[in-house]
Amino acid sequence: MRYRGRVWTFGDNINTDLMMPQVAFRLPLEEQVKYVFRANRPGWVEQVREGDILVAGRNFGTGSSRPAARLLRHLGITCVVAESLNGLFFRNCVNFALAPVQCPGVRSAFTEGDTAEVDLVAGTVTNLRTGACLQGEPLPELLRQIIAAGGLIPLLQQQGYLE
Amino acid sequence: MGMTMTEHILARASGQARVQPGDLVVCRVDRAVLLDLNFGALFGEKRIRRLADPRRVAIVLDHSVPAPTVADAENHRRARAFAAEFGIRHFYDVGAHGICHQVIAEQGLALPGQLLACGDSHTCGAGAFNCAARGMGAEMLAIVCTGQTWFRVGPTVQYVLHGQLRERVAAKDVFLHIAGTYGEHANTNVEFTGPGLATLSVMQRHTIATMCAEISADFALFPADEMLEAYLAGRASEPYEPVHSDPDARFAEVRHIDLSALEPLVALPHTVVHNVRRLAELRDVTIHQAFIGSCANGKLEDLAAAARLIAGRRVAPGVRFIVTPGSQEIYKQALRAGYIETLVEAGAVVTNSTCGACPGLHMGVLGPGERCITSSTRNFQGRMGSPEAEIFLASSESVTAAAITGRLTDPRDL
Ligand code: SF4
Repeated sequence: MRYRGRVWTFGDNINTDLMMPQVAFRLPLEEQVKYVFRANRPGWVEQVREGDILVAGRNFGTGSSRPAARLLRHLGITCVVAESLNGLFFRNCVNFALAPVQCPGVRSAFTEGDTAEVDLVAGTVTNLRTGACLQGEPLPELLRQIIAAGGLIPLLQQQGYLE
Repeated sequence: MGMTMTEHILARASGQARVQPGDLVVCRVDRAVLLDLNFGALFGEKRIRRLADPRRVAIVLDHSVPAPTVADAENHRRARAFAAEFGIRHFYDVGAHGICHQVIAEQGLALPGQLLACGDSHTCGAGAFNCAARGMGAEMLAIVCTGQTWFRVGPTVQYVLHGQLRERVAAKDVFLHIAGTYGEHANTNVEFTGPGLATLSVMQRHTIATMCAEISADFALFPADEMLEAYLAGRASEPYEPVHSDPDARFAEVRHIDLSALEPLVALPHTVVHNVRRLAELRDVTIHQAFIGSCANGKLEDLAAAARLIAGRRVAPGVRFIVTPGSQEIYKQALRAGYIETLVEAGAVVTNSTCGACPGLHMGVLGPGERCITSSTRNFQGRMGSPEAEIFLASSESVTAAAITGRLTDPRDL
């Protein structure tokens, strides 16, 4: 499974309240996405497009269990590559088919606007502008299957648990 | 090579003799706890056909109780319908409610050696009960349907506690010391041990374990000892078998903490990670709101400490002092003990037990430019309302001291 896309860069400890502030909780999905990163990057949601990739620093996604990964996927982000990912956020990424890759050194290897190629099986992240190729963590097959199914909900539907 | 407590539980739950860091394991979940918010985005849109085992599922209405909005009322309605349809016995509706992690504790739903999943990030608090407990998001759906989920086994850091906390230094300060000194623990487990443990009550351990969500720990476990056995006696929802870390268990790091050397601490706004100061250093910070509550510090001990400190004194003019018991059970006990009367007489607002002000949902939301000191769990920007508000995080003793003086105050100075 491979992804190629335009890169947006973020720093360390970007938290879920920035991705999905509580004012968005009770709104429909289409309204919720308008609040993504409003406090730290106002206007970003208007610029992002399908296929984009996030490159971030340490502990990306720290915070709550709220389905913030779902909003990023809905905005078109296909893949999040970070120095490290918060464990709970990592799970939510898999569940909402947003490919998560932990890759030490990735933050300094990319400038915003670069194009990244990410290989989930090999765990590699390549900067197509500079040619730099970094070795991150490959994603285990079980988790790739959930992503390939489009996330947890479609998977449970296929398995007959959900309508 | 031996295993840590966390590894023992993950091995047991995945039916393997041993697991080690780096493994991906599929585990049977002993207890799945859902809360009101889960019935919005997650359970609201899809209909579940069958559950793996309704006896292993519990539902607690907690974040917005009683419903402050129509959307919340709708979540509650769905939760009730779900509980009725699948015959969920462990259903804690309005009146029997409390913050889910407090209810999990009180009802003996998290037990030694077990694996617990709940749709809220502070689930790791149940680690105080020698239980591997993890906050989950969307996979709560999969867990209630299939009874299983996956984990990546992470490395474990061990904290060895020595000595005893001095007066007006709290369990919260132990955590703030860890967060300030060592920062985040993403993808790592935390375990506690040492002679100092015996001086910490089960609820103090619960405060520390709960707060470990703020340093992104996967699991945060305490050993099973006599104090825990006594807490669980008559409370445990089923028989259990504790786990112990092996003498030759492998830890990524072992760190020692002298409890007697700790002082009242405070996390400055927006994060606890490497952002903690001694309260004694920050005397000129005035506040608008002081909040005691949440799954970390809405305990009877917190209300007792607040009542003791404020008895015969008053809340400073211009300060709103909001106290939210962690559960109906605590509310009742605090009523009987007279804490609530003392607090209200002193000018505090004691609210119904719910998450309330902690996640900025209701009953204590902050406006722009306001400054709050809280003993709740999280001080992210915008957490309690306006992104232009500032949240300082400390113990309930320190929050009460600030409520009395109107500024950040070392509670030992009162
Ligand atoms: S009290 Fe706060 S931290 Fe605890 S469960 Fe409720 S919202 Fe989450």
